[in-house]
Amino acid sequence: MKRYLYYPGCSLRGTGKAYEESLLAVFRALHIELEELEDWNCCGATAYMSIDEVSSFALAGRNLAIAEKKNLDLLAPCSACFLVLNKAQRYIKEYPKVRQTLEHGFKAAGLTYHGTTKVRHPLDVLINDIGMDQIKACVKKPLTGLKVAPYYGCQIVRPYATFDLMYYPVTMDKLLRAVGAEVVDYPLKTRCCGGSQKGTLPEVGLSLIHILLKEAHRREAHVISTICPLCQFNLDAFQVEASKKYGDFTMPVVYFTQLLGLAFGFSAKELGLERNIVGAKQMLAKFAPAAA
Amino acid sequence: MAVKSLIKYEVERDPDFARWVSGVVGGERIRNCIQCGLCSASCPLSPYMDFTPRRLIHMAREGFKRDVLESFTIWLCTSCYSCTVECPRRIRVTDVMYALKRRAIEDGVYPRRFPIPVLANEFGRMIRRNGRVTESWLVLRVFLKTAVLRLLGMTKLGTKLFLAGRMGMLPETIRGRKQLRTLLDTVEAHKKEVAA
Repeated sequence: MKRYLYYPGCSLRGTGKAYEESLLAVFRALHIELEELEDWNCCGATAYMSIDEVSSFALAGRNLAIAEKKNLDLLAPCSACFLVLNKAQRYIKEYPKVRQTLEHGFKAAGLTYHGTTKVRHPLDVLINDIGMDQIKACVKKPLTGLKVAPYYGCQIVRPYATFDLMYYPVTMDKLLRAVGAEVVDYPLKTRCCGGSQKGTLPEVGLSLIHILLKEAHRREAHVISTICPLCQFNLDAFQVEASKKYGDFTMPVVYFTQLLGLAFGFSAKELGLERNIVGAKQMLAKFAPAAA
Repeated sequence: MAVKSLIKYEVERDPDFARWVSGVVGGERIRNCIQCGLCSASCPLSPYMDFTPRRLIHMAREGFKRDVLESFTIWLCTSCYSCTVECPRRIRVTDVMYALKRRAIEDGVYPRRFPIPVLANEFGRMIRRNGRVTESWLVLRVFLKTAVLRLLGMTKLGTKLFLAGRMGMLPETIRGRKQLRTLLDTVEAHKKEVAA
């Protein structure tokens, strides 16, 4: 049985709850064991970097130092967490001035840091550690006929494309195909969703969100599949506002783990599908009765 | 309508600022910029910027401190890293943008009640206090400080999110708050020591 340390991050305990619920369900079905990182703290995301750079590496560093003791790979499903943990590790190694300052901090806080923990993404683990055969073997209700626009967002492949292609990632495409869904060509798959811009500069954020929704609609996708809690939130929660301004259509936005979960036979409730703002159940029920 | 000189004179340059920007993490190679414009072309926020990333990089390395720090560009950057991966001279443009944001906050050069620095500060304060971020509280605090009226327009979405169980009202905290504060305090003190 494969075992990983699990770093949920703040969003998976808030707006991205459904991501955690569906991820845990899918991993359980695949007999992958997850141990939550003890007393983890916020990774700092993009906001802390605008206050203090070295401190933001310290935030990531505390998590990495705690993880190191367990000698397991650290699973980070949120794109911001995944990037920040990876980036902190690289910059601590690359920049002596960053490292020296952090060493003082780690010592004062009673932490030891060597930078040996591997930070992994669920897509990477599913494709490279578990493999297609095992995933296909878990499929009870293939999502035949469901057209999905695979949306990866930015921070999962930029600036570090550690497990997928930088310009045209395909790991999620492969997983969705393995569970019977049809993947539409979606050239905007790594375009920015606007991040927190919808909250701070609403008109700008809304236009970035609309571009992504419109393209999925134009390509005749039934749903957009995401891997990041912020992407999902932007495209889902502000969709009503976007369609009011730019033209009306409905495009449910779900996590890739929710789609895998449906194919594995989990119910809508178990996968958190009821938490969507733009209802996904009705559309999905046409292809997966369990979604109803 | 305010009249502004569009031509830059050498005398307006601040050489200290130019030196500072080539010393920030990610800005080491800023003098290698060939002004090719791939950063601006790949940036999804370019259409909204007063100076595109290409121009901003050039102005920063030449030391036009005021124009750069007062520019809207740095606050539009969402850290999507498109420019960083495209740059043929391996300048980490995203990191430079971060450094400019920090400098603008430090120098107090940003529009008052501008939500982005407020968001960053509230975010930082919450981590220092609790070790984790509770999104609902963060959003509430930012709106209260910047745009109370917009908050009223958000009640419908807020209610929906709450009913969907996506707005936890109980603040998340960690046990190691003291350890985290010691870590951050020591790091900040050491950084100041080095800079002095």
